Amino acid sequence: MKAILKDKLNLLYEEISKKCELYLPTKEKGALNFKKFDGENEVDIESLQTVKSAKDFFFPQTEDMVNFKTEGKNIEIIDAREKIETYVIFGVRACDYKSFEILDRVFLVEPVDTMYKNRRENAVIFTLACNNPHASCFCKNFGIDASSPKGDVECYDVDGYLFFNPLTEKGAQIVNGLTCLEEVKGEDKVDALKKDITKKIEKLPFSNLDLSKFKGENLMELFNRPEWEELSEACLGCGTCTFVCPTCQCFDIRDFKTNSGIKRFRCWDSCMYSDFTQMAAENPRKTQMQRYRQRFMHKLCYYPSNNDGIYSCVGCGRCVKKCPQSLNIVKVIKKIGGEKND
Amino acid sequence: MTNEELIPKIGVITNVRKDTPDVKTFRVVGLDGKKLFEHMPGQCAMVSIPGVGEAMFSITSSPTNTEFMEFSIKKCGCLTSWLHQTEEGQQVTVRGPYGNGFPVESAFKGKNMLFIAGGIGLAPLRSVINYIRDNRENYGTVDIVYGSRSMDDLVDFREIEEEWKNEKDFNVYLTIDREQEGWNGHVGFVPNYVKEVNIPTDRTAVLCGPPIMIKFTLAALLELGFDKKQVYTTLEFRMKCGIGKCGRCNVGDKYICKDGPVFRMDELQELPSEY
Amino acid sequence: MQRLENAVLSKAKELLESGKVSRVLGWTKGEFCYDVSPCVFNTVDELKNFVYNGFCGANLSKYLINESKKEGKIAVFLKPCDTYSYNQLVKEHRIKVENVYAVGVECQGKFDIEKFYAKGVGFVASVEEGLTEVKVNGETVLNRNDVKLERCLVCNKKHVAGEEIVELNEKLPSDSDRFEMVKKLEAMTADERFAFWKKELSKCIRCNACRNVCPACNCTKCVFDNPNSEVSAKANATSFEEQMFHIIRAFHVAGRCTDCGECSRVCPQNIPLHLLNRKFISDIDKLYGEYQAGEDTTSKGPLTSFTKEDAEPSDAVGGNK
Repeated sequence: MKAILKDKLNLLYEEISKKCELYLPTKEKGALNFKKFDGENEVDIESLQTVKSAKDFFFPQTEDMVNFKTEGKNIEIIDAREKIETYVIFGVRACDYKSFEILDRVFLVEPVDTMYKNRRENAVIFTLACNNPHASCFCKNFGIDASSPKGDVECYDVDGYLFFNPLTEKGAQIVNGLTCLEEVKGEDKVDALKKDITKKIEKLPFSNLDLSKFKGENLMELFNRPEWEELSEACLGCGTCTFVCPTCQCFDIRDFKTNSGIKRFRCWDSCMYSDFTQMAAENPRKTQMQRYRQRFMHKLCYYPSNNDGIYSCVGCGRCVKKCPQSLNIVKVIKKIGGEKND
Repeated sequence: MTNEELIPKIGVITNVRKDTPDVKTFRVVGLDGKKLFEHMPGQCAMVSIPGVGEAMFSITSSPTNTEFMEFSIKKCGCLTSWLHQTEEGQQVTVRGPYGNGFPVESAFKGKNMLFIAGGIGLAPLRSVINYIRDNRENYGTVDIVYGSRSMDDLVDFREIEEEWKNEKDFNVYLTIDREQEGWNGHVGFVPNYVKEVNIPTDRTAVLCGPPIMIKFTLAALLELGFDKKQVYTTLEFRMKCGIGKCGRCNVGDKYICKDGPVFRMDELQELPSEY
Repeated sequence: MQRLENAVLSKAKELLESGKVSRVLGWTKGEFCYDVSPCVFNTVDELKNFVYNGFCGANLSKYLINESKKEGKIAVFLKPCDTYSYNQLVKEHRIKVENVYAVGVECQGKFDIEKFYAKGVGFVASVEEGLTEVKVNGETVLNRNDVKLERCLVCNKKHVAGEEIVELNEKLPSDSDRFEMVKKLEAMTADERFAFWKKELSKCIRCNACRNVCPACNCTKCVFDNPNSEVSAKANATSFEEQMFHIIRAFHVAGRCTDCGECSRVCPQNIPLHLLNRKFISDIDKLYGEYQAGEDTTSKGPLTSFTKEDAEPSDAVGGNK
């Protein structure tokens, strides 16, 4: 298998970044996030998770769509979409990779979202198997195998080496073109690592949640459950969960006045925000409980109902870690999903 | 770059007609003077003034009108207020058509129709009614029950009086909420009028109006013996993208902009009543 | 710590059983020992999930804005820092005082879970709490000060509200200067300081957790949610915008911020937001005399009252006083 010694990884990053832009998990004063490689990054592929998910690459927090120039009664339209070249995202975990499939089903469905498509098609994704899953991880419930993260190239950190397993033509092309890699006998080491990861995942406290009640046909029953009240009680409506979640895709479209006209951009939004469904006449979701319920019903019931039973959650555990008041989807699944979960 | 659905086209307002104290009808064409796009009755479009806002409006003109599109807009927020003070020649951005439209070529074909509207709720139904007029032989009788707060709040009054009332096999029943000088017609709320008029239950009904009117009118129809499967309505919800992606109009497992806004009453029963 | 938890739980039971209150606002257990959530308990039976441990960092006072509007009396447990926020909210008429029974609870400092991870603990399954040391997972012994929230390391707050206090008189004082980091920032050159804040604030993801958890941020319609204000909360359309958000917010709460530290606790990107607010507090102290917001429910704050002795604008700019 192609591999590189871990203490030589900087050579790899430099070689890739000479061909195209490279993004990797970078430590930044107390937070780990994907940042562009500029030679000075404090790269960290040991830590399990970035604060923000990789969805930013395809669905950025803000994105310019179109600029308008207005003069009197006339309007001029100027396309403001960013032109994207090939780029590499390195160190994506299995959960984040699966989230791309979930987002694809929203954005790549007719009418195709060209901004998302451009970013998505031009990305080459290097995934990284999770040597040390955390107690807050529960990807197994969604059919995700953290020991086989998929992507264009799977990477395995074992025995002082990083091994590469290209799965697509795009991935193979890049890997085969890298001069810093060497051929190392690693198949059995990688297999052993995979088995180890699988064992660890099995032992995680949330690996065996009961999702059986969350089906499209139970929609009204789940919607009317009284437990939503207590589940949402402490919710601040801040939107942190939405912003760190790899599968949340709600967005807003806004106009921004600049000196030279009006910029129309789209930006992340959260169904947890009080004005999400605000209309001139009234607001159908006035209480935080209703908004809280909407987010989880969408993830666990509405989305799967429209998408062959696939849940809009990848078990990454970011909401478990980052909610200021420790609310999260696991608590919802356990409470609403029923007794088998206890 | 490829065409992006969210990037609009430019439209021009060629005519502004004041219908009621707070409703104006705007005629829109493209910069080439032609219709911006084809559509089906009941579909909507996103209209905006850059910097002011963008909102979804149902296209009130019928697709059989080959010259222009019309929007009947009630003044109630930022964008609508701004539009109300524009004049002919004002350019706007338009994108569409969005939504599922009414099943004029399937479920409605050959049927006797009953249209019930309140206030501005007539706007989406007008596209169907005029479509039916232009394809008269494909549809049965048409009963229209339309009510508003007052005489001055009846939208499309001229068209109703001069054209609809004179159409073959069209029965028009107008009502206003309270007595008003100069009005010799029926006085009373729409749901009660529906019961009074006692339309036969073989009709396919289409309802549109304020939520409270829909609630009571549906109850009246059920009382008369209509089945929920015979009653259609068009919903209103906050919409942003119009194409079922931004999540704003998501109710239950439906996106009102994409799977609706036209729904049959029995379909609505399966959705959380958040609309 | 167990003794303290038991004492607080007994108090909660007593208040419910005696009918003195119909609800109790406290914290409920999570899946692990560290993911506790604020919760309203309606019956003694529900109290079986009640918890009061080192992970109860959440300031409960802000929930009273809505809870005190409901019928019936609600008891609330307030740590020393929370009592200042509580007083401030009462002062601003945000809480219906007649519906609240405030109970102070002793606090030996709350934990920051990230500090456990930084010490190499992979998963915090259990924490035996002592005053100066904690035992993690039955084996690792750590200095309590090494895992406390930054705000707790410099805290010498006393309860300034509460009909009664549940305490064992075991809290150890802190001898750290809470303005130490502020002084360090003031000693930097303007360029260095700007670079510091630019780096920190560039991490901001505009999640609004800091604003939503802050008891001083209790406007029914926040300026950032008002599309007409043109400083919309929805986008960091330029990198300048995130910085403006925090500076604007710091100005809005200046003089009312009680330094409860919740903003920094909840930030998912670990931005030390409290430093901005502490700088304002330090400046207010210099310009108007030492002032602690929330110490009582009646006095007027320096920024909401005018006296002839107030600092002149020339004193404020450039820090001439």
